[in-house]
Amino acid sequence: MPDPRTAILGRLRAAGDSGPLPALDTAVLERRQWPAAERVARLRKGMEAVHTEFLDATPATWPAVVRAFCDREGLKNLLFGPACQDGAALAAAWAPGGTRLMPYDRPVEAFKQELFGEVDAGFTSTVGGVAETGGLLLMPGPAEPRLMSLVPPIHIALLRASTIQDSFWSAVKALGWGRALPPNALMISGPSKTADIEQTLAYGVHGPKRLIVVLVDDLA
Amino acid sequence: MHAETEVHFRDAAAKALLDPQLRANFRRAMDGLITKRKAQFPDPRDLQDLRDLSTAIRSRSLLNLPELLEQFEANCTKNGIKVHWAETCEQANELILGIMQAKGAKTLVKGKSMVSEEMHLNAFLESKGIEALESDLGEYIIQLDGETPSHIIMPAIHKNKDQIARQFSQKIKDAKYTEDVDELTAMARKVLRQKFLDADAGLSGVNFAVAETGTLCLVENEGNGRMSTHVPPLHIAVMGLEKVVARLEDVAPLYAILTRSATGQAVSTYFNMITGPRGAGEKDGPQEVHLVILDNGRSRIYADPQLRATLRCIRCGACMNHCPVYTRVGGHAYEAVYPGPIGKILTPQMEGVGVRHDLIHGSSLCGACGEVCPVEIPIPEILVRLRREATHEDLGSTVAGKGTGRTATEDWAWRLWAGVTKRPVLYRIATWFATRFGKALPAGAPLIKNWTQSRTKPVPARRSLSERMRAEGGPHA
Repeated sequence: MPDPRTAILGRLRAAGDSGPLPALDTAVLERRQWPAAERVARLRKGMEAVHTEFLDATPATWPAVVRAFCDREGLKNLLFGPACQDGAALAAAWAPGGTRLMPYDRPVEAFKQELFGEVDAGFTSTVGGVAETGGLLLMPGPAEPRLMSLVPPIHIALLRASTIQDSFWSAVKALGWGRALPPNALMISGPSKTADIEQTLAYGVHGPKRLIVVLVDDLA
Repeated sequence: MHAETEVHFRDAAAKALLDPQLRANFRRAMDGLITKRKAQFPDPRDLQDLRDLSTAIRSRSLLNLPELLEQFEANCTKNGIKVHWAETCEQANELILGIMQAKGAKTLVKGKSMVSEEMHLNAFLESKGIEALESDLGEYIIQLDGETPSHIIMPAIHKNKDQIARQFSQKIKDAKYTEDVDELTAMARKVLRQKFLDADAGLSGVNFAVAETGTLCLVENEGNGRMSTHVPPLHIAVMGLEKVVARLEDVAPLYAILTRSATGQAVSTYFNMITGPRGAGEKDGPQEVHLVILDNGRSRIYADPQLRATLRCIRCGACMNHCPVYTRVGGHAYEAVYPGPIGKILTPQMEGVGVRHDLIHGSSLCGACGEVCPVEIPIPEILVRLRREATHEDLGSTVAGKGTGRTATEDWAWRLWAGVTKRPVLYRIATWFATRFGKALPAGAPLIKNWTQSRTKPVPARRSLSERMRAEGGPHA
């Protein structure tokens, strides 16, 4: 008896060709195009509708904006990736006292209890945004571990206005994600939510209860 | 010939119709979903263009299925994902057990996966001493009660807040009674966070599998999918073999139409792309990722050019949300993993048209399901086709159990009909009696009773057509 793989593929092949491939008309996707300023407004509107909070910043002020937020909320610590460019810039500008910067620099096995129980917030960069529906594009990796944007109750994400794409479709093309992807990449549109109890929306069911976007205006 | 057995749906539906609470829960939920979906498609041209594109993408994927599966497998393997193939649910269950045992894993947290429901994986693992815990809030709620999902997107839609409040206060340790949705959600969060932290393995389904990159895409709102796939050291994914598409950019329109059709959301909270286990230098993520590709009758469905359209399904649930039958009886009445219109065509194709004969007749053929389907699956046409397959053995198709849905009553009725209509004298006598005395037939008479329970009794005309033609001197009198 052939192994399941051979048997299954054999049956699929035996079903034979049944007609020409239908054409793909992507006009409906191509219609989604906006000027840069409108892309920012659309992303913001889409994400605010699902409880994402925004902080305005400039290329020079964003580390101070992050710091001010942490102090205002009385966070005891903020998890960050020290090997990531934005993480390093944040650390360089971080004055001692108040919220403590906590580097994610160990394998999670040595850190799991602390990550789940002690961390107040995680800071990550983004590789872009999506205007059409509102969303952040993240590419976790060695410099920015996957769980930073998931486990802490608050996720603070840095988004540069110039990196916002029209749609998820155009973003996939612009980032070259179809050619190669890292082990994990994702889009996030808001804090974790559910409507499983009587269709009533509730936030923070498993992941972050709050998503804070530090929006850097670098369009000028 | 198959006897009149397995009439689960008819009985269960009749029972469900008498439950006002259940009917209210479904009515409210489905009305809300229909309104929200409609608001997401304000431009009919955009909607039709997006449907056409999505249908074309799914059709192309199916036309190239064997090649795409091979390309997908090769890329997964290159990325470090271990790929396994299973002909049956039993094989898939054994594979998962083997993967877990090899790692000494005893506990499993699960993201939502309809294929794992198909496999009855939880019961199987529990019989082998492994705890399998559902982590999607809706799935968690029904697992606490020992129930199955009643909707493929919103598994606990049949329950209201008060029922869940009572259940949590009884079944979760140290839980107080509250009907506050935020507090109930917080209780589940507390229990499940500890489970994510402790679990030896995590399991997920796959919404889209991308051949060109070897990527598993997961669509979710809660973050439990990410927790299940990223926190434990072992991640096992399961998917039906039809899930593969050629390119990541093909996923964009499918994802857009999926979330809008399912829950009326423009986008879900998370869209997760998993392309491998923890990479070099990474500090978290699973150390191993396994993927089980399941057939379970799909390659048989694939072999038929008309029925193949069933495999285009992206599991959005819009057909059930819009189905007048589903809305009134709920998902449990179907006694099948996939309820509603898609379940009515998928279940009989997987399990045999005779075994689930009642399902293919539980439809008014109003066409709402086909009209709303984002990938244009002709559900009503396929239902009619399966009804025919169920009673005919000689149609030359590969449909499982064809001809086994024939019932003695139906067979007898058709023979009688044929006998009468083939004999002009008998036919004249029969119509004479029907036109003169048909009115006197009581509404509660056998065979017409089911119809008259909720409808006016049909009354035959006073004279048959041929009698009238004769009286009026028509050309064929």
